[in-house]
Amino acid sequence: MNKENIKMMDIKNIVLRFGGVVAIQNISFDIFKGEIRAIIGPNGAGKSSMLNVINGFYHPQEGEVWFRGKKRGSMKPYQIAHQGIARTFQNIALFKGMTALDNIMTGRFTHMKKGIFSQMIWEGGASREEYENREVVEKVIDFLEIQHIRKTPVGALPYGLQKRVELGRALAAEPELLLLDEPMAGMNVEEKEDMSRYILDVNSEFETTVALIEHDMGVVMDISDRVVVMDYGKKIGDGTPDEVRNNQAVIDAYLGVSEH
Amino acid sequence: MLYREVGEFKTSYAQDSQTFPIKFDKYRYYFVVLVGLLFVPFVINDYWANAVFLPFLIYAIASLGLNILTGYCGQVSLGTGGFMAVGAYASYKLMTAFPDLNILIIVLLSGVITAFVGTLFGLPSLRIKGFYLAVATLAAQFFLIWLFNKVGWFYNYSATGMITSPDRSFGNFLITGPNATPASKYLFCFFFVFLLAWIARNLTRGKIGRSWMAIRDMDIAAEIIGVNPLIAKLSAFAISSFYVGIAGALFFSVYLGAVEVTEAFSIQKSFIVLFMVIIGGLGSIFGSFAGAAFMVLLPVALKNLLVLQFGWPVDIAAHFEFIIIGGLIIFFLIVEPHGLAQLWNLLKQKLRIWPFPY
Amino acid sequence: MSADFLYTIEVIINGLMAGVLYSLVALGFVLIFKASGIFNYAQGVMALFAALTLVGLQEGRVPFAHLINAMFGTKIHHFDWSLPALLAIILTVLIMILFAILVEKLILKHLVNQEPIILFMATIGLAYFMEGFGDLMWGSDVKTLNVGIPQGGSFWFEDFTIGWAAEGEKFYGMYVDLLDVWAAIIAISLVLVLTIFSQYTKSGRALRAVADDHQAALSVGISLRVIWVLVWSISGFVALVAGMMWGAKSGVQFSLSLIALKALPVLMLGGFTSIPGAIVGGLIIGAGEKLFEFFMGPLIGGATENWFAYVLALLFLVFRPQGLFGEKIIERV
Repeated sequence: MNKENIKMMDIKNIVLRFGGVVAIQNISFDIFKGEIRAIIGPNGAGKSSMLNVINGFYHPQEGEVWFRGKKRGSMKPYQIAHQGIARTFQNIALFKGMTALDNIMTGRFTHMKKGIFSQMIWEGGASREEYENREVVEKVIDFLEIQHIRKTPVGALPYGLQKRVELGRALAAEPELLLLDEPMAGMNVEEKEDMSRYILDVNSEFETTVALIEHDMGVVMDISDRVVVMDYGKKIGDGTPDEVRNNQAVIDAYLGVSEH
Repeated sequence: MLYREVGEFKTSYAQDSQTFPIKFDKYRYYFVVLVGLLFVPFVINDYWANAVFLPFLIYAIASLGLNILTGYCGQVSLGTGGFMAVGAYASYKLMTAFPDLNILIIVLLSGVITAFVGTLFGLPSLRIKGFYLAVATLAAQFFLIWLFNKVGWFYNYSATGMITSPDRSFGNFLITGPNATPASKYLFCFFFVFLLAWIARNLTRGKIGRSWMAIRDMDIAAEIIGVNPLIAKLSAFAISSFYVGIAGALFFSVYLGAVEVTEAFSIQKSFIVLFMVIIGGLGSIFGSFAGAAFMVLLPVALKNLLVLQFGWPVDIAAHFEFIIIGGLIIFFLIVEPHGLAQLWNLLKQKLRIWPFPY
Repeated sequence: MSADFLYTIEVIINGLMAGVLYSLVALGFVLIFKASGIFNYAQGVMALFAALTLVGLQEGRVPFAHLINAMFGTKIHHFDWSLPALLAIILTVLIMILFAILVEKLILKHLVNQEPIILFMATIGLAYFMEGFGDLMWGSDVKTLNVGIPQGGSFWFEDFTIGWAAEGEKFYGMYVDLLDVWAAIIAISLVLVLTIFSQYTKSGRALRAVADDHQAALSVGISLRVIWVLVWSISGFVALVAGMMWGAKSGVQFSLSLIALKALPVLMLGGFTSIPGAIVGGLIIGAGEKLFEFFMGPLIGGATENWFAYVLALLFLVFRPQGLFGEKIIERV
């Protein structure tokens, strides 16, 4: 794949503390446009906190986040969503009372501009906008092969499908940067292969930049372009899968104890 | 065999998202509207208007409003009675200050004023959630009732402290005051119910409705898809209060005609409307109607059965009303949190595959 | 001392006394909330129901007399006996325990793992049910409750304070209702007993374990259902005490159930999980609303007690959502 090495996101010297606990100690890394960037590390290494910093749930005490060449001020998560960053969660965060279709439609929120009065009347403006966005959503549904569960309430779906619907919601936003927090946790081999394929396809077909956290080293090494390794809130390695695999600090801290 | 969607293929997204996807449902809906418009007004008398139709229509509006806030956006309010009072007093002040203003405009403006007040009391929802918020809305309930009871300006310093609706008409038809006919009152309320139900349906099926439900189901996830919680919650408060305000204005000006605030809009009102929403079905337009119908008809039915048939004292009927309502609330929360509306849907599912269940 | 100053003191003392009763009701809320995460709106109606039952038993009223009369055309109302206060109290406690068992069996068991707000609404339903049921059982007339607690102003305290005013001021001593004093004493001893119970008994420790962590408590073999029955029984007892005090003060009638509404802002102020919070919150609100009414009431129309507590609690919530003593709410993403 042709990566032009343009920095989409540049994370500089992030320090995040909760009271006395330091979750992230002075971490810097960048994400190139169009790549798949993995963040790995043992449990409690601060990976999820890092994603939470990127999409605005946590505000780091020190450090800067640069997005598309501009320094980002203090922003709320919904503002960051409007900048084109979407994500999924480690523990599925779907809207339980809504159908799969409605859940994915919520992903189109940032693309729908009609005002409240237009929505009250519905006919004309708001309905047209709804159907235009519905087309995008249907494409996502086709892509993820979940046509048959469109009208099923997500609470009633099995785990693997819920994960897929959540990915669908993030994809429906047509994000520039897609954050995935353990997209394959709790899946069997087959489901993992499906999910890997979706991630690779999203990356190549829609040129979406992907940053993901994952524990399955095999998958991470296969699909990602570059890998950041974290341990106890510190960065201990950064580079291509091959570089990381041969990095002594990483082997000591992490790979050495994994089953890989 | 009548009730089928087989053979009804949808070829556009518009058809897929229509209100009544099954033809039979659509026809039934037209039938109900036509009966409501062309039959009821000609046979309605004072008893039916005052005991059944007017309270049903007005409570339906209030419960639509509360359902938007509680059922769709997940914010429980116990201040409905207070907000209805805002609508009632707003309409009273407008009617007496601008005698030439059309009653239709007055009712709508009362809704707008209530929307502002509701939004103001909705502000704490940005910091607090769940029953903390529910308890906080009680502050609105008690403060507003006290305000209307104690500050003379609101009731034009009348000696009794009550407000009485002056005669106002729409076209040639008297709508308010003791001389208005039941049919004209009924049709006036019917118009609002029709309009507001249509708007509620439109709001809840589109973007803003989904943003409310997203906040209700998981507010953190709602933020990452770009929903501003401030706007989502306050818009739900504003629109909900708009509905409740209109219900309050109609309740006072058209239905009761004269109101004493501590009687008519007490905390009991808040609970009754909340029960309508729970029994009818949280997050359902149809449920709002079903709940309103149930809560209006139950006392009438009990009175007819226990008092008129069995000859029991009125207070025993009232006690049974409490027992039944309380029991049903618990029953529905345990067995079917989506209320009558869901039972209705299940029935329709059964019908759809009848007589071959597989 | 000037008379104005003394009047203010008197207002504060009476406010604190009223506050003790708020605390007592709030205490029932906190107990159930800590042990089960349920915000029990029916606490006020439980107080009403307990007081009704107490009066009914004491006076030997026939339960459901009105209903029986209506159905069979009879004219029964009282048995030809009446019970001593203590026996009636014990029987009422037993009935409240029975009530706790029924609530667990019929409601709570089926609502495990529901969202708190669903449980809250279920207790509103329960409140409605009990209100109707209590009235149906014992009749809805206003009843006077007399379990032997002294009432009326304390002359001793009036005489004791009359000399405090400066020469020539018009001051006739402070008025304190004996009932309020007793209520305060009983409330304080109740809190002490509850504290001892939860610190030094096995069930008390189990209770605290459940309050701390449901899952962990289950895994060491504590039965959640037994705990729930226990805690609802205790708060039934607290409700009985509150109902007795309030009922003796202003009669047993529907309005007694409204003390629940008074206790809610106390909880918002004190935090839902803190027993000291409930006490201090009750005292602050009791004294605060009387003072506000004393100074501001005449200026803005009076009867500010109806809303003062709520608005105070609302303001408080916006700035410190966990209340005075509540545990800080940390949200995890």
